[in-house]
This record gives sequence, structure tokens and C-alpha cells, in this order.
Amino acid sequence: MPSTMSEAMATSMINAENIHKRFGAVEVLKGVSLQISKGEVIAVIGPSGSGKSTFLRCLNHLETIDSGRIEIEGAVLASTDANGHCHYAPDAEVRQICRKMGMVFQHFNLFPHLTVLQNIIEAPITVKGMKREEIIPVAEELLRKVGLFPKRDSYPARLSGGQKQRVAIARALAMEPDIMLFDEPTSALDPELTGEVLRAMRQLADEHMTMLVVTHEMGFAREVAGKVLFMDHGEIIEARPAAELFANPEHPRTRAFLDNML
Amino acid sequence: MDYVLNILGPLIEGTGVTLKMFMVTIVLAVPLGLALALLRISRWPFVSTLVNAYIWLMRGTPLMLQMLFIYFALPFVPVIGIRLPDFPAAVVAFVLNYAAYFAEIFRAGIQSIDRGQYEGAKVLGLSYAQTMRRIVLPQMVKRILPPVSNETITLIKDTSLIYVLAMNDLLRAARGIVQRDFTTTPFIVAAAFYLAMTLVLTWGFQYLEKRYAVYDE
Repeated sequence: MPSTMSEAMATSMINAENIHKRFGAVEVLKGVSLQISKGEVIAVIGPSGSGKSTFLRCLNHLETIDSGRIEIEGAVLASTDANGHCHYAPDAEVRQICRKMGMVFQHFNLFPHLTVLQNIIEAPITVKGMKREEIIPVAEELLRKVGLFPKRDSYPARLSGGQKQRVAIARALAMEPDIMLFDEPTSALDPELTGEVLRAMRQLADEHMTMLVVTHEMGFAREVAGKVLFMDHGEIIEARPAAELFANPEHPRTRAFLDNML
Repeated sequence: MDYVLNILGPLIEGTGVTLKMFMVTIVLAVPLGLALALLRISRWPFVSTLVNAYIWLMRGTPLMLQMLFIYFALPFVPVIGIRLPDFPAAVVAFVLNYAAYFAEIFRAGIQSIDRGQYEGAKVLGLSYAQTMRRIVLPQMVKRILPPVSNETITLIKDTSLIYVLAMNDLLRAARGIVQRDFTTTPFIVAAAFYLAMTLVLTWGFQYLEKRYAVYDE
């Protein structure tokens, strides 16, 4: 079966195995594994403190893992040897690998001293060495896509939360990532502003972007995600197709959580 | 009035010395202070501790003592002992001293930038150096303008310390005339000169603050 093996490897965008992570005495990830294939949209749900954000942040090296293995599109970001020591790829390689992933944060993390357009073109120019005249049309197209072209020259402080988050999405997309990570992208927004951000994300999913979304938006998880992971106390309790998990949660903890949410 | 016009010549000459001292110190101490700040927050504990000790030394002893040391004692220090003429000796002392103060201002500014800014830059692929240059330092500037303005105004007045190396700065020139003519008018004129210089500085910094006000945080 070598051909199916290599096929599986070629389409596996993220392969995380048995990730352990502790903050001091607290073990926040107790052996979490995840595989995400090209074009797949996975939602991660669970109570706060369940480790879901930490897990996401480990995947793109915002946190370092204590043990386990992370592969991004076949490139090894971190691995653990037989003695249990975790090794990361060299710095330059880590940066190279992590560039395949874009990320959207709960608190946007836009650069306040740069205009909307400058926020988007900064990394393509500084990191990829693109010319301004090459990237500006791309950035403007992305702004149109998220419906913010008129805000091109505004500073982030002048935008609403929903607008900021859409700029953050455009900024991440400008680096042409293969995978998008979302860390509670609507949790800091007023309820009436979540819709516009979720719409932009749904549009991305429709374009077959590979997405991993940590979220409290059960509606979004049910409608957009192919698969939903339920995490609690640093473990994945259930990982099933969205419709199944919501209709018929297997584990009592999943059921309790969903009952609470809905 | 005639008397004031009479003494303007030497006072203007003194102002020249004061301004030269001020400019050279600023031009050299600001970049050195920035370098020290970056080393102070670096990942290497040894470097950080060393810079910390340097800052302690420079802030912990009088500037005048440092100046006297560099002028009179440095020539007798083994290996690095060189004899500097008065102006270079004063410049070295002022730059080393002011860089320490600027370093702490810059460090405070850098450390006030939210961690999310580093993370936002990191996930876009920016290296640490690129993050500093493009994201953190430009935002730092806005936040440190008020303390830097303070420090700069202090510097222009501190330059009067160079009289101990017998250099004719504005205040020493004024004092010379006071002692010669038995009148305190030169002091008043010198005060007016200092006020004029600090006024220009104040305006300069107000202009910068206004320019940086185009964005909020």
C-alpha cells in the first residue's frame, strides 16, 4: 500500500502526535493528537481552560511543547527522541515551516501604528521581499473580499472589533498560507459583530482553505466545520463529524458542555 | 540695553560651546542608549547583567566625577589609558552617562509594548530583528517622547558642568563677565538664552508628539 501511504502524507497538512505541555505544575495538554487534511475545517470546542488555545498555539510555535511530535505539511517542526527529549528544528527552519500557517487572534493584534493597508503589506514586503507595487493590488483585493476597501487608509483604532478582525484575516491571507489557525476569533467581539467575521471565515472554508478553529460559536462549528473536537482538561474527549457530535454526543462531558452552551 | 548688547558677543560664543556639547551628546548617546536597552533585554543573562551593572555605575556616580575621571585619571589607567583633550573628554563622559539614562527610558518603552504585537509579527514570519525594527521600536517612539523630552532638557542645562574642564560654555562665560563687571545682568541674559533653547526643544517635541498622534493605541 505504498501509494496510499504517500498520498496520505502528501495531503496531511498538520500531523500532531501525543502533545504534552505543562505550565509549571499544571499539565495543560495530556497527549493530544490531531491530523488535519488539505481543505478540512476542524473546530475545537471545550470549556475555557481546557487547553484548546494552548494546543493551537503549540502548532505554530507560539508555545513550545514538552514532548510529542508536530509535522506541518510533512516538515518536522518538533519531535521527541527515545529518551523523551523534545527537539525543535533550527530557528530559520521553524520560521519557514510556520509561515505555512496564518493565524487570527482573539485580540486581533493589529499593528496600531500602521494603516489597514500597511498592516497587510508589512509582512509580504519585510518577510517575502515583495515589492510594494506587487503586493498593494493583492492587499486591495483582499480588502474588497472582506468588505473593507473603504477603510484602506484608516488606522486600526478607528475600526470596530469586527472590522479589525476582518483586517486581521486579510493580513494573514496576504502571506498566502496553506493553513489558517483561528484562536477564538469572535470571543472579544460584541455579539452583533460576530456575524461579519464568521461570514468571512465561512467564505474561506468555501474556498477550501484548511482551517483549525478554536471557537465558542457552536452554530459556526456545526455548519462550517467538517469535524469537531471536544477538549476538556487537556485531552481530546471526542472527535467526530460535526453533525454527529452535536446530534448525539457520546461522552457525558461533551453532553454536559453542549447542554450548558445551547 | 547697551550693556546687554556689549556682553552678547562672549555669551553667544558660550552658547555655541553649549550647543555643540549638546548636539554631539544627543547624536551619540541616543543610539548607544538604544543599543544598551536592546542588550539589557536580550536573552543572554550575562550580557543583561553586564549592562545592568554599567547603568548602575553611570547613574550611581555624579556626572561631574565621571568627567573629571576621564580627563584627569584615565591617562593613568593601564591598557585603555589615553589622554583626551577637554572637549572629547567631556563628550565621552556625557555620552556614557546619558546613554545609561536613555537606555532605561528605551527599555521601559520597549517593555510597554503588548506581547500580542510580538505574536502578531511572529505568526506573519517576521524575525526578532524585523519585529523590533518594524513593529516594536516605531511604537516605542510615541510612548517615550515625554521622558526623552525631559532628559533632553536636562542635558542642555547639564552641559554647564563642563566648566570644570575650563571650557567656556554659556554659564561660565556669563560668570566671567559677572566677576569682571560686578553686575548680575549677565546671569539674567544667560537665563534667557537657556530658556530660549529649552523653548525650541519643547516645541520640537510637541511637534513630534503631534505627528505621532495620527494613530491611537
